[in-house]
Amino acid sequence: MLEIRNLHVSVGDREILKGLTLTVKDGEVAAIMGPNGTGKSTLSYVIAGREGYEVTQGEVLINGENILDLAPHERAARGLFLAFQYPVEIPGVATMQFLKAMLNAQRRARGEPELQTPDLMKLVREAAAKLGVSQEMLRRPLNSGFSGGEKKRMEILQMALLEPSVGILDETDSGLDIDALRVVSDGVNSLRSPQRSFLVITHYQRLLDYIRPDSVHVMAQGVIQRSGGPELALELEKNGYRDYLAGEAA
Amino acid sequence: MIKLANEADAIYEAQYQTMQKSGAAQRRAGSYQAFLERGLPNRRVESWHYTDLKAALAKPAPLAAGDERKPLLARTHDSIRLVTLDGKFRPDLSDLSELPVGLRVRSLHEALADDNPEINVALWPDGAGAEDAAVALNGALMQDGVVVSVSSGATIARPIEFVTLVGASLPEAIFTRSALIVGAGASVKAIETAGVLERETSNATQLNHLLALRLEHDSKLDMLSHISGFGGDSVSVFSLNAHLASHAQLKAHQLIEGGGLLRRQLFAALDGEFAGASFNGVTLARGRQHADTTLFVDHRQPHGASHERFRTILDEHAIGVFQGKIVVRPGAQKTDGVMQSKAILLSDGATMNNKPELEIFADDVKCGHGAACGRLDQDQLFYLMARGLPRGEAQSLLLEAFANESLIDISDYRSRDFVLERIGGWLAERTPS
Amino acid sequence: MMAARQETVARVEAIDVDAYKYGFTTDIESEKAPKGLGEDIVRFISAKKNEPEWLTQWRLEAYRRWLTMREPDWARVHYPPIDYQDLYYYAAPKSTPGPKTLDDVDPELLRTYEKLGIPLREQEILAGVETRKIAVDAVFDSVSVATTFKEELAKAGVIFCPISEAVQTHPELVRQYLGSVVPVTDNFFATLNSAVYSDGSFVYVPKGVRCPMELSTYFRINEQKTGQFERTLIIADAGSYVSYLEGCTAPKRDENQLHAAVVELVALDDAEIKYSTVQNWYPGDSSGRGGIYNFVTKRGDCRGRNSHISWTQVETGSAITWKYPSCILRGDNSQGEFYSIAVSNGHQQVDSGTKMIHLGRNTKSRIVSKGISAGKSQNTYRGQVSAHRRADNARNYTQCDSLLIGHDCGAHTVPYIESKNTSAQFEHEATTSKISEDQLFYAMQRGLTAEEATALIVNGFVRDVLQQLPMEFAVEAQKLISISLEGSVG
Repeated sequence: MLEIRNLHVSVGDREILKGLTLTVKDGEVAAIMGPNGTGKSTLSYVIAGREGYEVTQGEVLINGENILDLAPHERAARGLFLAFQYPVEIPGVATMQFLKAMLNAQRRARGEPELQTPDLMKLVREAAAKLGVSQEMLRRPLNSGFSGGEKKRMEILQMALLEPSVGILDETDSGLDIDALRVVSDGVNSLRSPQRSFLVITHYQRLLDYIRPDSVHVMAQGVIQRSGGPELALELEKNGYRDYLAGEAA
Repeated sequence: MIKLANEADAIYEAQYQTMQKSGAAQRRAGSYQAFLERGLPNRRVESWHYTDLKAALAKPAPLAAGDERKPLLARTHDSIRLVTLDGKFRPDLSDLSELPVGLRVRSLHEALADDNPEINVALWPDGAGAEDAAVALNGALMQDGVVVSVSSGATIARPIEFVTLVGASLPEAIFTRSALIVGAGASVKAIETAGVLERETSNATQLNHLLALRLEHDSKLDMLSHISGFGGDSVSVFSLNAHLASHAQLKAHQLIEGGGLLRRQLFAALDGEFAGASFNGVTLARGRQHADTTLFVDHRQPHGASHERFRTILDEHAIGVFQGKIVVRPGAQKTDGVMQSKAILLSDGATMNNKPELEIFADDVKCGHGAACGRLDQDQLFYLMARGLPRGEAQSLLLEAFANESLIDISDYRSRDFVLERIGGWLAERTPS
Repeated sequence: MMAARQETVARVEAIDVDAYKYGFTTDIESEKAPKGLGEDIVRFISAKKNEPEWLTQWRLEAYRRWLTMREPDWARVHYPPIDYQDLYYYAAPKSTPGPKTLDDVDPELLRTYEKLGIPLREQEILAGVETRKIAVDAVFDSVSVATTFKEELAKAGVIFCPISEAVQTHPELVRQYLGSVVPVTDNFFATLNSAVYSDGSFVYVPKGVRCPMELSTYFRINEQKTGQFERTLIIADAGSYVSYLEGCTAPKRDENQLHAAVVELVALDDAEIKYSTVQNWYPGDSSGRGGIYNFVTKRGDCRGRNSHISWTQVETGSAITWKYPSCILRGDNSQGEFYSIAVSNGHQQVDSGTKMIHLGRNTKSRIVSKGISAGKSQNTYRGQVSAHRRADNARNYTQCDSLLIGHDCGAHTVPYIESKNTSAQFEHEATTSKISEDQLFYAMQRGLTAEEATALIVNGFVRDVLQQLPMEFAVEAQKLISISLEGSVG
C-alpha cells in the first residue's frame, strides 16, 4: 500500500507539490493524470528519493512505513519500483551484469542467499521471453542504443524480476507505438495482484485503455484536484485539462 | 672541502662514481652529462608541469645493495618470469630453464659487457625519452636488469614477464633498466610487473626503472603493465621507451595503483611507415598519492597510427596527472592519432590535471584528443540505487564500467580479468562517499 | 592557360604586400619622447598626461618591478631579443594636443581613419548598415585622437573617453579599478605596459544601464620604432550591459614594432560585457620581415554574481601574437566565454588561447577556438581551465579545432585542464585536420576555383565563432580571413 500525505516539495525557491494526498491500496491500480509541467514526474522522483527536491512537509508511506528519510536503494528494498520515463543509459555496464547486481541487492536486503549465475540466467530468460526482450538486448550495455520501446520493455522486465509491492509507472506510454504499448501493458497487467499497488502516471488516456485503472486522479497545480473512477479519464479525454488550469493561467 | 650545489647533487655524484666502475663507463658518462645539464626536473620543466621530482628527491636514498635471500614468489600469471629484486637480476628466481626456442635472456650486466650494437641501440633509445632527466639519471646509475631478445619470425606463446621487486626494509634507491627486442616478424606477449615483496618492505623506496622496447619490422607485441603496492613515502619513475619500425604493432595496457609519488612515462617513436601503437590504462589513487602518467608519441614516418585511452579514478586527497603529447613530424603524412583521457573525482579533496597536447607539422593528418573530468553521472547513480543497489555498490559498478572503457582492446581475457579483479579489489577497500 | 598560371604565381608571390591593404603610412609630424626607457621617461609620460602623483608612483613601481622581470619564454614563438632601449615609448601627432571636437582633429588624421574605414564623423556609419550607431575612440600611436558620440552616451550615463581623460575627470573610478584585474606585477609585458602606457579607452556603464550603442576603439600604429602600450579599462556596474569592439592596423615597415597592451574588464553583479576584437596588425612581408609583435594581456573579472564576460577574437595580423584573453569567474553563477579564430600565413607565429579560472559556485565557461595555419606559419592554441575547491558545479566545454593548409606550417594544441572539485565537469575536444579533398573537389566540380572553394570551407569551419561577432564586424572578419589566406592554396 502507498500512502502520500500532505506532501509539499520545493525545487530551489519554487514549490511544486503543494500538499498532495493520495492512497493506493493493495491490489489497486491508480492513475494520475494531469497536464504537462504540473509536477507528475516530480512526484515519482520524490517517492523514489532522487536528490535535488526538498520535502518541506508531509509523508510518503509504503506498507505503513515512512520512507522519506531512506536512501533510494533502501526504498527499493521496501518494495518500491519506479519505471522511469527516461530510462538511463549506462554504456559500460552489461545488462545481465546489472540485472544480477539488482536481484542480489534485493536478496541481500531480505537476508536471502545470492543467486547463482545459472539460476539467474534461467530466471531472466523466462521473464524476458514473456516481454519479447531478446537475448541480444540482454548482452548489450544497459539501455545503451536501445529504442524507446526496448527501454520501456527493459523497465517492465526489471519490475517483473523484482516483484515490487508498489510499482510507479512514469509516462510509460511516451514514445511507444501501439504494438510496443500492448506488450508493455500486457507485462504490467500480468503483474497485477491483490498484494501489489500500482501508480500509473500519464498525460493521455490512451494507456488506460490497456491498463484499466481502479481509480483516476487529476493532478494540477501541485495537488490532486479530483478523484473518481475510470470514467473520469474518458471525461478528461473529451474536455482536456482546461477546467483545472483556470487558476494557473491567470 | 668543495661544497656541491646541494645535497642531492653530491649524493648522485658519489653514486655515479660508484656505478662508473661497473661497465659501460662511456655511455654512463654521456647520460650523467645529460642529467647534469638538466638537473632533476621541477615544475618549470614543461614535461614535468605537475610533478616536482626535484623536491621529492631532495634526499636521495643510498643505492640498493641487494642480498642473497631467496623469497618464495607467488605466481600471478602463467608467464616466463624474469625477476629483478632490489636492483639485481635474479636468475635463481626466474624461469630460465626450458626457455622456448627463439628467446634469449641475459642480465643487463652481461649485455653491457657484450657491447653488442643491436642490443645497445635498444638499451639506449634516442628521442624524447633520452632527453628526459629521470631517464638520463637512470642511464648513469642503472644497476642491473634483464635483456630479452626474440629472434626474427618467432612466436612466443607464453607471456614474458618482467618483474621488478623491492624487498629491502630500509629506504634504498634502485635503478634498473631492461630491454625487450622483438625481431622482424616476431610476435610476443609481455607483462611488466612492479611491486613490493612483503609487508616489511620500506615505504620510502626510490625506484627508477626503464623498460626499453624495440619492435623490428612487422613485429607484434601485446603487453600489460601492472604497478602497485609502493608505500606512502616512495618516489618512483617507471619509464617505457618504445621504438617501432615499419609495420610494427604495439598494444600496451597498464594498471597503476598509486603509491607515494609515482610517475609513469611512456615514450613511443613510430619510426617506420604503417607502425601502430596503442596505449591504454587505468590509474587508481587515493590518500595523498600522486600519480602522473605522461605520454609522448612521436610520429616520424607516414601512415602511422596511435590510439590512447586513459581513465583515472581519484579518491580522498589524491592528485592525478595525465599529460599526453602527440607529435607529427614534417612529412609524417596520413598519421592517425587519437588520445582520450577521462577522470573521475570521488572526493572534493582530489585533484586532476589533464594536459593533452597536439604538435602537428604535417597537413594530411587526422588527429584529435579529448579530455574530461568530473564526478560519476548522478542520473546513472540514482537509477542504480532506485533498483536497490546500495550507493557504494552502485558507485563501484559505474566505476568498473568507466575503467573498463580503457580495456576494450585487451585481447587476452586473462589479462582483462586480472585487471578487473584488481580494480574491484581497490574499489572494495574504499568507503563509499 | 599560361597567362592564368602566371597570374596565380604572381599573386602567390605578392600575397602579403597586396593583401595587407592598411599598410600605408600617414605623413604627420609627431612629438616623441626621447628614445629608450628609464624612470625619466616614465615621469615624462606621466607629466604629459598631467597625472596625479599616485599614478606617477604607480607607474614607477611598475617600472622598478619590470627591471627585475624576465621576458617569458614558454610560448611557442621565436624572435630576436628586443632592445627595449631602442624604442620610443611615446609618440603623439603634434597637431592635436587634446582635440575637443572633431573639427580640431588634423584633417590628415581624419583621412587616415577614412582610408581605414573607421567612421569618426558621427553621421557616418560603417558602410552598408543604416541605423546602427557605433561610438569610436580612435587611438593613434600613443594618444586618443577622437572619441565620437560622447554626448549621446553621457545622456545614458555611460562614460566613454580616453583613459588619460578619465584620470582627470573620474579619478576615483580609475584608481579603484586600474590594475585590479591585471595586477602591476602580473607579467613582463603587462608590467611594462603599466609603467609606460600612454592612452587607451575607458568605459564605465552605470548600474542597470544597457549601453545604447556599440562602443569601439580603433588602434593605429603609425610611427617608426614606436611601441604602442595602450590600456583599456571597462567597468560594467551591476545589471548593466555593454558590447565593445576593437580594431587594429599598422603601416608596413621593415622593422618589428612592439604592441604591448593591457585590457581589464570588470563585471559586477548581473552585468554583461561582450568584447570583440578584429586584430589585423601588419603581419610582416612574405619573407618574414617586419610586422607587429602583439604581446597583449587581456583579462576579465566576473566579480559579481551572475556576471558574464565574453571574448570574441578574429586574429589575422601581427608577426607574433602572444595573447590569452581570460576570465576569472569569481562571482557565483558567473559565465565566461572565449570564441577565437586565429589565421596565420606567411611566417606568422601565433600563440593564443584563454584561461577560464573557476572560483565561484555554478560558474560556466565555454571555449571555441578555430586555428587555421597556412604558409610557413605556426599556430598554437594554449588554454587553461581550472576549478578551485570552492567551485561547486563548475562547467566547462572546450572545442578546439585546427586546420592546416600546406606542408610547411604547424598547428599545436596545449590545453591545461585542472580540477580540484568533484562536482566540476570539464570537457575538452580537439581535432586537427586538413581541408578534405572530397569537399574541395565537390565545390570545384560545381565551378569554384581552388581558392574560392577553400574560402568556402574555411568559412564553414569558423562559422561558430563568426556568429558571435556583431554583424558588420562579422562581414569584415570574413573578408579578412579570405584575404589572409590568399595564395595559400596551389
